[in-house]
Amino acid sequence: MSARVITITSGKGGVGKTTATANIGVALAALGHRVACIDADIGLRNLDVVMGLENRIVYDLVDVVEGRCKLRQAMIKDKRLPELYLIPAAQTRDKTAVSPTDMVRITDKLREDFDFILIDSPAGIERGFRNAVAPADEVVIITNPEVSAVRDADRIIGLIEAEEKGPAMLIINRVKPEMVRRGEMLTVDDVVDVLAIKLLGIVPEDEAVLTSSNRGTPAAMDEHSKAGQAFRNIGRRLTGEDVPFMSLDGGGSILQRFFRMIGGS
Amino acid sequence: MGEPIEIKGVRDGLLVVMPTECEWSEAVARLLKRIDSQPAFFKGAGVFLKVGGRVVHRTEIHALQKQLAFRGVTLKAVLSESRLTSGAAKMLGLDTELGEPLQREPEELEPIPSEEIGSPGVLVRHTLRSGRTVRHEGHVVVIGDVNPGAEIIAGGDVVVWGRLRGVVHAGANGDEGAIVCALELAPTQLRIAGYIAVSPQDGPREFRPEMASIKNGRIVAEPWG
Repeated sequence: MSARVITITSGKGGVGKTTATANIGVALAALGHRVACIDADIGLRNLDVVMGLENRIVYDLVDVVEGRCKLRQAMIKDKRLPELYLIPAAQTRDKTAVSPTDMVRITDKLREDFDFILIDSPAGIERGFRNAVAPADEVVIITNPEVSAVRDADRIIGLIEAEEKGPAMLIINRVKPEMVRRGEMLTVDDVVDVLAIKLLGIVPEDEAVLTSSNRGTPAAMDEHSKAGQAFRNIGRRLTGEDVPFMSLDGGGSILQRFFRMIGGS
Repeated sequence: MGEPIEIKGVRDGLLVVMPTECEWSEAVARLLKRIDSQPAFFKGAGVFLKVGGRVVHRTEIHALQKQLAFRGVTLKAVLSESRLTSGAAKMLGLDTELGEPLQREPEELEPIPSEEIGSPGVLVRHTLRSGRTVRHEGHVVVIGDVNPGAEIIAGGDVVVWGRLRGVVHAGANGDEGAIVCALELAPTQLRIAGYIAVSPQDGPREFRPEMASIKNGRIVAEPWG
């Protein structure tokens, strides 16, 4: 059984790649899968902080690439979920310390021991992005319901299609239902309409995500967080389960609301 | 470092197999090093470059072409399994297959008689996403959407069988008779010859196929078909 390598990327910065990587990792590990998260953002590492593993880093990805340690030594085991591991990025180097070939080599070594390998991509379309995408079997695009984020996501999808990396999947993060209802924010349909790729999840804006990121406890570990629930659903969808999209305003799924709109108006 | 670059003699020159396991820049460096080690052997040679499935951009091919020319080597063709790389090579006027035209029977290529001659253009059969550009001196036909951030520049007409939301310039060489057609005409900016227009900001409207052209000194859109 060989792992699926899934790269999480966005083009634009600050849309929630790292948070999504940590939460999807937690969600998949909670379902009993063996998960390795790799932080490919060399020089600006964050995933360790969001996952709450910062204080346990001894070796990092660049140490592995440059042969200063064995791959196993750089893997940090999450104590809360037994099958969740992190390979942190180096904080002191830059993207050129790792090549796309290195990434393919490292993921190939991990494939036998895991079910999922999640790669947190840096923002942008340069070397760091190419490193993150090189080993990917599947690509998940994160965007926010904002024109600029959607524009960048579209560009990234074009690049991924050009690399023939298979159909990308979409997560729309930080959706604010009240703003959508008031017509002040792009709707999920608007975004899917432009990007025209498979929708993997809709994550509502949730202050708990911020506080949990700061604490190093991803929201997916919190039973009461709506965003956490959205990420747990994404984890289940990735494993092939058919999970309906959450309603963001309290009642029924989006699909049901849609029917009501047609029938009632 | 790495295995040596494979070089074979073919009929019209040398077939160079670029290594696929390393970065393009490193492959280029290795090739140039090899050439520099035997300059007399390579000088005046025509090279057919085999690059495998790797995506090589036009600027990268062009840079290599110049570096080879500097060493007296002519890049004749880029042989690739990637459509994009082949397209980039064609844009630079390079061949994309080994030159064996003499073996082909010219009789086979007899044109099918046609009453209409038409005019040349390119067909793009996928959605153009943000950041992509299509430029052609003739017409451009896209089957798919043209998203915001994408750009089409055509010497002739532009036809989009889909939603046109990017920037489009028809008649870019000054042809004021050029037209732009789309199933949904909502470009960020629409230019015909020297005229520039933006889509009216009239909120949600019902889209139907439209055709834009210059009439009485301004760009107008009318129902198409």
